[in-house]
Amino acid sequence: MSASLTLVIVMAVMYAAGVYVMLERSLTRVLIGFLLVGNATNLLIFIMSGRPGSSPIVTDASVEDMVDPIPQVLMLTAIVINFGITALLLALIYRSWWLAQLGDEGDTLTDEHAAESADDADTTFRSSSDDDDAVAESIDEFERGDGATSDEDTVSHKKDAAGRAAASASDRGDAR
Amino acid sequence: MVAFLLAFVVLSVLTPWLTRHLGTRVFYLIALLPAGAFAYTLTQTATVTTGGAVTQSIPWIAQLGISLSFRVDTLAWMLALVVTGIGALVLVYCARYFTDDEPSLGRFAALLLAFAGTMYGLVTADDLVIMFMFWEITSVLSYLLIGHYTHKRESRGAALQALIVTTFGGLVMLVGVVMISVASGTTSLAYIVANPVTTQMGTWAILLILVGALSKSALVPFHFWLPAAMAAPTPVSAYLHAAAMVKAGIYIVARLAPGYADSDGWLPVLVTLGVWTMVVGAWRALRQYDLKLLLAYGTVSQLGFLMIAIGFNTRDTALAGAALLLAHALYKATLFLVVGVIDHRAGTRDWRKLSAVGRSAPALAVIALVAVASMAGLPPLLGFVAKEAVFTSLLDAGVGGSGWGFAALVGTAVGSVLTVAYSIRFFWGAFGTRKDQPVTVLHASPWDTLLAPGVLTVATIGLGLFASVLDPLLAPYADTVPGAGSLTEPPYHLALWHGLEPALYLSAVVLLLGALMFRARRGVLRLQAKVPDVIDAGRGYGKAIRGVDRLAARVTHFAQRGGLPQYLGTILTVFVLTLGFAAFVNRTWPDTIVLWDYPGQVLIALIMAICAVMAARVGQRMTAVILAGVTGYGLVVLFAFHGAPDLALTQALVESITLVIFVLVLRRLPANIAQHNKPVRPKRRLLIGSLVGLVMGTVGFIALGARQFESIAGALPRLSVEDGHGDNIVNVMLVDIRAWDTMGEVSVLIVVATGVASLLFVSGRNAVVPRLKESRSLRSAANRRRVVADPELSSEGHAVTRQAFLLAGRKNDPRSRSILIEVLVRLLFHPAMIVSIYLLFAGHNLPGGGFAGGLLAGLALVARYLAGGRYELSEAAPIDPGKLLGLGVILAVGMAVVSLFSDGIPLESAYFTATVPVLGDLSFGTSTIFDIGVYLVVIGLTYDILRSLGSEIDRQSENDEIGPRPDTAPEGASTAIEEVTR
Repeated sequence: MSASLTLVIVMAVMYAAGVYVMLERSLTRVLIGFLLVGNATNLLIFIMSGRPGSSPIVTDASVEDMVDPIPQVLMLTAIVINFGITALLLALIYRSWWLAQLGDEGDTLTDEHAAESADDADTTFRSSSDDDDAVAESIDEFERGDGATSDEDTVSHKKDAAGRAAASASDRGDAR
Repeated sequence: MVAFLLAFVVLSVLTPWLTRHLGTRVFYLIALLPAGAFAYTLTQTATVTTGGAVTQSIPWIAQLGISLSFRVDTLAWMLALVVTGIGALVLVYCARYFTDDEPSLGRFAALLLAFAGTMYGLVTADDLVIMFMFWEITSVLSYLLIGHYTHKRESRGAALQALIVTTFGGLVMLVGVVMISVASGTTSLAYIVANPVTTQMGTWAILLILVGALSKSALVPFHFWLPAAMAAPTPVSAYLHAAAMVKAGIYIVARLAPGYADSDGWLPVLVTLGVWTMVVGAWRALRQYDLKLLLAYGTVSQLGFLMIAIGFNTRDTALAGAALLLAHALYKATLFLVVGVIDHRAGTRDWRKLSAVGRSAPALAVIALVAVASMAGLPPLLGFVAKEAVFTSLLDAGVGGSGWGFAALVGTAVGSVLTVAYSIRFFWGAFGTRKDQPVTVLHASPWDTLLAPGVLTVATIGLGLFASVLDPLLAPYADTVPGAGSLTEPPYHLALWHGLEPALYLSAVVLLLGALMFRARRGVLRLQAKVPDVIDAGRGYGKAIRGVDRLAARVTHFAQRGGLPQYLGTILTVFVLTLGFAAFVNRTWPDTIVLWDYPGQVLIALIMAICAVMAARVGQRMTAVILAGVTGYGLVVLFAFHGAPDLALTQALVESITLVIFVLVLRRLPANIAQHNKPVRPKRRLLIGSLVGLVMGTVGFIALGARQFESIAGALPRLSVEDGHGDNIVNVMLVDIRAWDTMGEVSVLIVVATGVASLLFVSGRNAVVPRLKESRSLRSAANRRRVVADPELSSEGHAVTRQAFLLAGRKNDPRSRSILIEVLVRLLFHPAMIVSIYLLFAGHNLPGGGFAGGLLAGLALVARYLAGGRYELSEAAPIDPGKLLGLGVILAVGMAVVSLFSDGIPLESAYFTATVPVLGDLSFGTSTIFDIGVYLVVIGLTYDILRSLGSEIDRQSENDEIGPRPDTAPEGASTAIEEVTR
């Protein structure tokens, strides 16, 4: 297969421009990037059909120089779906602008997690490990006989004493 | 068997509803089903005791060789009896255990019943994959049942622990299941066991399956979930964690033992972990004050014991293991139920607070005594018979030359001593009289709470006394294990009395030591306090989970902090690195590279490239959109010159509509793209962008050079004309050859349309269909020619009457009206619709088709909207776009279904030809109807977008529903006009 340098270059330029603009914060810019990248991708598929030829419509003439119709089929639906996704993104942009009451700021998004620290992220997971602690507590509680409770145990578990009492109360509630 | 499983499903689904009417009595009703399955299994006794099997098979996934096959042989028969029998008894017990006001009782009942059904399926399934499915279902159901008290932390935590541990094992097991089925070429358990896979792969597969079994049966190091699971209601503990679910692991080991007990690693793993589990479990049971926890650790211990007996590789151990399994299920379920009763009546399970329960509840004490005696291994109970058998068979194996036999014997003997000690301690704790405690006040309870434990106790005694009756029932399973024991001596028989043999002495010593240990309980307690918990698997699990959580938090924090630009940047950088590397090592290039296909190409490409770069740089939204649009129109020209008329047509229409809807949305946003925060690192963006462009360009070249086989394009003209009855190959491929693809794409369009609509019409899309009040009368034929009085304009002194070119034209602000456009649209709309229909039908032979036709019709609607506003749009298409989409997809799917009936292949077209004037020789096929569906979906999509991004935004801005004032003036000044349907 032979390639047209011109087409490949314009495709690469469109990709580059599209990605460059897509990496901005403004959603409109992202969408413009999407349009450019979408067109570039269509062009990429199109290049795969090789050199120009006659259109893939069967006539009495020879089919020798007919272009490969398969990329065209793939692209035809891609073009329409591109259109649909563009509309969806536009609706999303409008909606986020509407919801965020951004007004003159337009559709520029800020980084939502920028101020988050590692500890904030940790707390997200704390609840599940709290459950595990509750399990360990409820099991250990009965293993430590009254005489067997050492000082060390008391210290380390003092903070949970209230919760433990509540837990054992509800544990007995189990039966009722 | 399948019928019973179906019944379990149906009844479980109905149970919550039944519970609403019957309250706790529902348990009596649903207990009938496992009882029925029990009775049904009993009818199979005759077949299985003669070594036969009852089988049933329904083909399911033939491609993978998976079928719903079930097979009841001796092992399955015994376990089916255990799970259904105890299941029924536990359900009966539940009726008294719970009260009508128990929260989510219906869910609980349904889950417990479903669990019984799943266990029945698990033990009877012959297909390994089906067995595995049941296996995983039990994990999920156990999660839901353990977590029954959803408000309690430890309940939720325990449920999750059990789920994570057992599904972890299940996942490992799945790998083993797949390996063994691939290695043996079948998923039939019976075949896999009868023809063992002796390769390395088979050995590994079996070890992986063992991991699953160990986790399910709570063996070290997975044992910790079982004590934690005691947060569940007591019936759950009795059924799942004594009789049924934990036996699943034992079952799979027992199932595989006849074929794989001699494979590498089997014995060392099972005996080591079994002894360890048995000793550790019993050791910890010995220091429990909570009766239920004591039983839980006891269960862990006994599961270790069972695993040794079942997993050992002789015929006699298999027999002993089967008997032990039965004995354990009977006495442990009984004991759990007894604890439940004590808990209910005394209000506590802590035995330090109990006193003289034995005297107050003698019947309960007797039942418990029998069960405890069976657990400790006292004659004449089943527990004794089983333990004797295990000792004898292990001894025989040891004498026969197996070092593991002696090791297992010593281990189980030590474990048994501890078992005797904690058994006595349990009974003494639960029923003994403590001087320092007041006599425990027991609440009254109806007699039938003792029904279930009583029946189980009778079985324990009966099967112990008549062990010789049990022997021939279980022997057929044992005989499938080809062990050394059966070769040297006559096979062992289960019996109460074997004479004065070594095992009897061993039992006596074990009992004596156990009793002594109980006597010296204070010393033992002190000793236990001194021995540190070197390895606490429960804490280790907690640490591991916390570590994973923390790692996840850190990774999330590290990777997801920067917002959209950073995420995209990360993705693209990875993309560039991987694809760039692949391109770097690539060695295939196209044969020839020409500078251009035709000189004009360079001009078009230059314009496109410049516009693309400018689109990325300008600050005004509209300018950027138009520049991006130019690249699209550039594609139109390229397509047209390249021999792709369909593409050119579609792309041109799409570009036009896209531009319009951009304008519709962007009119509400500020004209300039805001730069409040400074742009994200322009140099880095430029770098990433250029690299992506470079890589994609290289990829384009490589892809062109990578073709190894002749394109299928050569066959397409013939296929298209002969099979598709159309000359336009592109269209024929869309609606016929690759119609499935189109079907998928049409569904994407529907999702998109729905998404757009739901983003704009938040409260429901049908609420706002603005219609003119006079619509109906204006449309009627009688009024077609009448000159319409225009009340709004009359006061301004204009001509009071005139013909309206557009129905809703006068709704618009006179200042923003253009009569020229109204006239043009009026003149062009109908021709455009006709052309769109022409495109639709002619597309089979000429450029066009459903997509292009639909887009043109959509564009006509766009024109109506632009000229006349949203009322005009609704008048132009007085139908809900949702209905258009629905109709379209019904046509498309309908064609698939219809063709399924006609020749069995979905979307295979049928044709009849006719000559139609103007359109020429038409071959009308089902594919045309499919194309009409596509046409309608595309119109529906465009219409939905227009209505959402056009009409609805108009309405919102007119009503000023949002804070910021729009920069542009509202389209119509007719805010006062009420919308008819609102």
